[in-house]
Amino acid sequence: MPLVNMTVNGRPVAREVEANTLLVLFLRETLRLTGTHVGCDTTQCGACVVHVNGRAVKSCTTLALSCEDAEVVTIEGLSDGEALHPMQAAFREHHGLQCGYCTPGMIMSAVGMVRRLGTDLDRDTIRDELEGNICRCTGYQNIVEAIRAGALAMADRPDA
Amino acid sequence: MYPFDYHRCASAEEAKALLAELGDGRLLAGGQSLLPMMKLRFVMTGNVIDLRDCEELRGIDIGSGAVTIGAMTRHVDVASSKELATALPVLAELAGGIGDPLVRAQGTMGGSIANNDPAADYPAACLGLGATILTTAGEIAADDFFLGVFETALAEGELVTGVRYPVPAAAAYMKFRHPASRFALAGVFVARAMDGLRIAVTGAGSQGVFRWHEAEAALTADFAPEALDGAELDTSDLNSDIHADADYRGHLVRVMAARAVRKILAANR
Ligand SMILES: Cc1cc2nc3c(=O)[nH]c(=O)nc-3n(C[C@H](O)[C@H](O)[C@H](O)COP(=O)(O)OP(=O)(O)OC[C@H]3O[C@@H](n4cnc5c(N)ncnc54)[C@H](O)[C@@H]3O)c2cc1C
Ligand code: FES
Ligand code: FES
Repeated sequence: MPLVNMTVNGRPVAREVEANTLLVLFLRETLRLTGTHVGCDTTQCGACVVHVNGRAVKSCTTLALSCEDAEVVTIEGLSDGEALHPMQAAFREHHGLQCGYCTPGMIMSAVGMVRRLGTDLDRDTIRDELEGNICRCTGYQNIVEAIRAGALAMADRPDA
Repeated sequence: MYPFDYHRCASAEEAKALLAELGDGRLLAGGQSLLPMMKLRFVMTGNVIDLRDCEELRGIDIGSGAVTIGAMTRHVDVASSKELATALPVLAELAGGIGDPLVRAQGTMGGSIANNDPAADYPAACLGLGATILTTAGEIAADDFFLGVFETALAEGELVTGVRYPVPAAAAYMKFRHPASRFALAGVFVARAMDGLRIAVTGAGSQGVFRWHEAEAALTADFAPEALDGAELDTSDLNSDIHADADYRGHLVRVMAARAVRKILAANR
């Protein structure tokens, strides 16, 4: 079996994987990082979003072997120990979730959005940017509010 | 997914040689079409050849009268290019309207063109601008490249390396999105190119992207949205499916074309 090396949430990992292993399964089943979800497996829902080399991508549509030498960050890697990342805190504060299934992907997309577009995001931009993330519960209203607030909070935390 | 072997190449020439050696192989660019098709077993292969290390295939080069983009350039990089926003804004806008931000972060121009999905956006830009597809075997005019649904003029083992887009006097692309997939139910690219007017339609044709010659003639005579009313469009060549029947797609093509013309007129006012 081929060997893959990557950095996941700051820690170097090296594992043997089958060539057809998707990144999401590598994270969930090999590394037991089950915060990243699978909602569809057909590249539609965004429950599986993680960051690869700083870009938010769908990990169900990425091969683990394609991430050789990459920096991967999952929802588990966002918080600083017990202290939530500002975007996580904003989702809690603004009730940006109900069942929580879509939430890890939403938050990873939201942080990716801020990294590309800055911390002052208007609501139309946020809705447009959420095109690849589906939520079956909330109706999106509070997700949009949470992202707007989380983005502003990230302005005070340049390291986040 | 079914089992296969994974390979990585650092250049187009290396990938071409490996394809020839393996016999049975598929190129992996952004994977945003290939991996879903492999999961569905629409594509079967014993070998995946990953092009992500091919840095030579990435980049946007603004020349005099033409813009050349490398095959592995991602949609997000085309959409957010400041140089392109000045030199060929219609292309940046088109790339920014593909799928969603997560798809745009991985999907590439070369993958889109080689795939030739009948509802994809880039083929409309290539055909609408009269672009030239650059390959490991030479150059192919867009007019000769897109042959049918998921079919191109690429020979076995030939790679797309880039596309050269002539800069038009004016151009606009209007797309009516499928609300769930974001692919075009009908997308119309209108360009006042140096060699005349060109109109390319994606999403609607049963054989994929096509030029709407009747509308080109009508708009050449009179560049106004009303001129399109008299332009014939054979709806028997359009797609009918659960999302839209041929008549409705034909209607959308007319509306999108008229909007593109209005956009060009408004920009030149
Ligand atoms: C949810 C979703 C929504 C989407 N919406 C849109 C949309 O609105 N509009 C749109 O146009 N597209 C859309 N797409 C498709 C997307 O743009 C893909 O990125 C694109 O079609 C393929 O590019 P890729 O780099 O991912 O190629 P891959 O998936 O890696 O490859 C596609 C095909 O091209 C071949 N190939 C790749 N590179 C080369 C090369 N250099 N030379 C020769 N052959 C090559 C591969 O072997 C494969 O057969 C969507 C995709 C998804 C998942
Ligand atoms: S599980 Fe990846 S997009 Fe739905
Ligand atoms: S909170 Fe349930 S899917 Fe979004």
